Amino acid sequence: MEVVLAVAIGILAGSGVWLLLRPRTFQLVIGLSLLSYAVNLFIFSIGGLAIDKEPILADGVPPDLAHYTDPVPQALVLTAIVISFAMTALLLVITLASRGMTGTDHVDGTEV
Amino acid sequence: MSALLQGLMPHLMVAPILLPMLVAAVMLLVGEGKRAAKLVLGMSSTLLGLAISVALFAWVDAHGAVAYLPGNWPAPFGITLAVDRLSAGMLVLTWLLGASALSFASARWHRAGVHFHPLFQLQLMGLSGAFLTADVFNLFVFFEILLAASYGLLLHGSGKPRVRAGVHYVAVNLAASSLFLIGVAMIYGVTGTLNMAELSARLSGVGVANRQLIDAGAAILAVAFLAKAAAWPLNFWLVPAYASATPPVAAMFAVLTKVGIYALVRLWTLMFAGGPLAGFGADGLFVFGVVSSVLAALGMMASQRLAVQAAGGVMVSAGTLLAALGLGEEAVLGSAVFYLVSSTLASSAFFLLVDVVERWRAGATVVDEAPFLSATLEAQEVNLDDEEEPLVALPFPASTALMGMAFIACTLLISGLPPLSTFIGKVGMLSAALGAGGASAPVSARAWLFTGVLLGCGLLTLIALTRTGIRTFWSEMHRQPPRVRAPEGLPLVALLTACGVLALAAGPTMELASATARSLYDRRGYIKAVLGAEVRPPPTAREAGP
Repeated sequence: MEVVLAVAIGILAGSGVWLLLRPRTFQLVIGLSLLSYAVNLFIFSIGGLAIDKEPILADGVPPDLAHYTDPVPQALVLTAIVISFAMTALLLVITLASRGMTGTDHVDGTEV
Repeated sequence: MSALLQGLMPHLMVAPILLPMLVAAVMLLVGEGKRAAKLVLGMSSTLLGLAISVALFAWVDAHGAVAYLPGNWPAPFGITLAVDRLSAGMLVLTWLLGASALSFASARWHRAGVHFHPLFQLQLMGLSGAFLTADVFNLFVFFEILLAASYGLLLHGSGKPRVRAGVHYVAVNLAASSLFLIGVAMIYGVTGTLNMAELSARLSGVGVANRQLIDAGAAILAVAFLAKAAAWPLNFWLVPAYASATPPVAAMFAVLTKVGIYALVRLWTLMFAGGPLAGFGADGLFVFGVVSSVLAALGMMASQRLAVQAAGGVMVSAGTLLAALGLGEEAVLGSAVFYLVSSTLASSAFFLLVDVVERWRAGATVVDEAPFLSATLEAQEVNLDDEEEPLVALPFPASTALMGMAFIACTLLISGLPPLSTFIGKVGMLSAALGAGGASAPVSARAWLFTGVLLGCGLLTLIALTRTGIRTFWSEMHRQPPRVRAPEGLPLVALLTACGVLALAAGPTMELASATARSLYDRRGYIKAVLGAEVRPPPTAREAGP
């Protein structure tokens, strides 16, 4: 499971960085989105991967760390998802404004 | 006064965050238009915030670091806010810049687009939160708040150059935020904590096997901060963004790069000023600081535009501070804190001055690149304005003298020449760097390099600004005196006076800066305050108790 997740994060981050280096604003938006997915998965995995473990205290489960999964990364990832979602929306607005004003979707606003 | 403060502490600590947030919310309810009401609201909020920051600083100076538990969870579990001298000093600086930028904007620039006032308050909220938080992830959240507000403010006034610079600015900052998250996650994965004070205490327990993970996490986190602090090679976004932002916004942005510096100072001293990993990354900070300040000074030489030179000044100051932090000496850091405050005030004043000068050079017909601030729109707005306030500027007496003197003061401040405050900061940094290890100890190669870079950058910026000054002020005849309205002239004078006061009262203020550096290196006060913050008993327990 760790290998699958690591490969997934690697592919997402690699594709994100590749697209981030491309000249079109659409590629920029998608690249940053992919990068944020990779980061979210990375944060999620940092607490260790566990199957079928409770994140918060539940009845009938002994209250020790061996029986629970770390809830903090899940809280962090939730915050990070919301923030990156909002920022992507904002970036889209700015790129649309840039497209409207400069007449090109190049990130520099001019075709070189 | 002190009794009132006694009663309000520690709850007063959240006021710099809550106040602008509430005011921004109220402004949104007020609705579009009604700029006068929003201006009054924003100005009162900003002045109140300034007063609160000064009160917090006075309290912290007398009582040491204080922590506050907003959720009433004990320290490592909930989010903790903490204020010490550095945080409180940055708060005072931020709100002072906020008040002057808002006053400047009230003359005309706040009319250039919508939602200027709420965004400005949110910007202040994000900055205050970043300075107050004692939790690494919470720091990320406040970074995003201040960045989101800064995206809006950067685009205020609209127009092609702003949108074009905005795309770059947002993209670079979003990528840096990703790095921030990766760094935080790695540090959390190894140490199991996000609380800065606990992180500092837990580093000694990190095993050799995990040492590299901590190093990598800290380095990735530092790259995120270096990008915000505009260190080379992550600084190419800064000049177009700051030079195209509306002047009051750029004046506020002068403190934005300092947030990156603040975060580096805070985390580096907490994690690496002592303990098992002492000195980690200092070489890197020094090299990046030296290279960025030299390149920024060369950039100022290469440019003829005042706004670009002002942005260059911000980068020179940030680079100098990074190099000073990289020297890893407590005495250097003390003078660097002094330099941080004075150079930020100077950069902010310079951005405001650039607007006055550029408008004067453009002549009576102001050609702004803000499509919503065209001459016709301003004329329309006279008719729509309830007060029918004249939009033609009143001549400010002695405005020419003011502009010239302000330019000289800014030149002296940015290049660090006597008699103003940045000179004292630079002298302090140099004497501390050269005298490190005692009077008889040999001076290290690094200290020589630092000296050369500081003096060389000062010379380059002086040449660049003098050349522009001659071109701007002396080579042009037959010009009308500039029209500076009182709300524009006052903040300019106030910011430069603040630098003058810092220089005149250099003894006590330098002592404060040294005390700041001492407590940063000592760390115990901060850690004790954060981890020892007392949980208040819930109301039910208090009723049941005796």
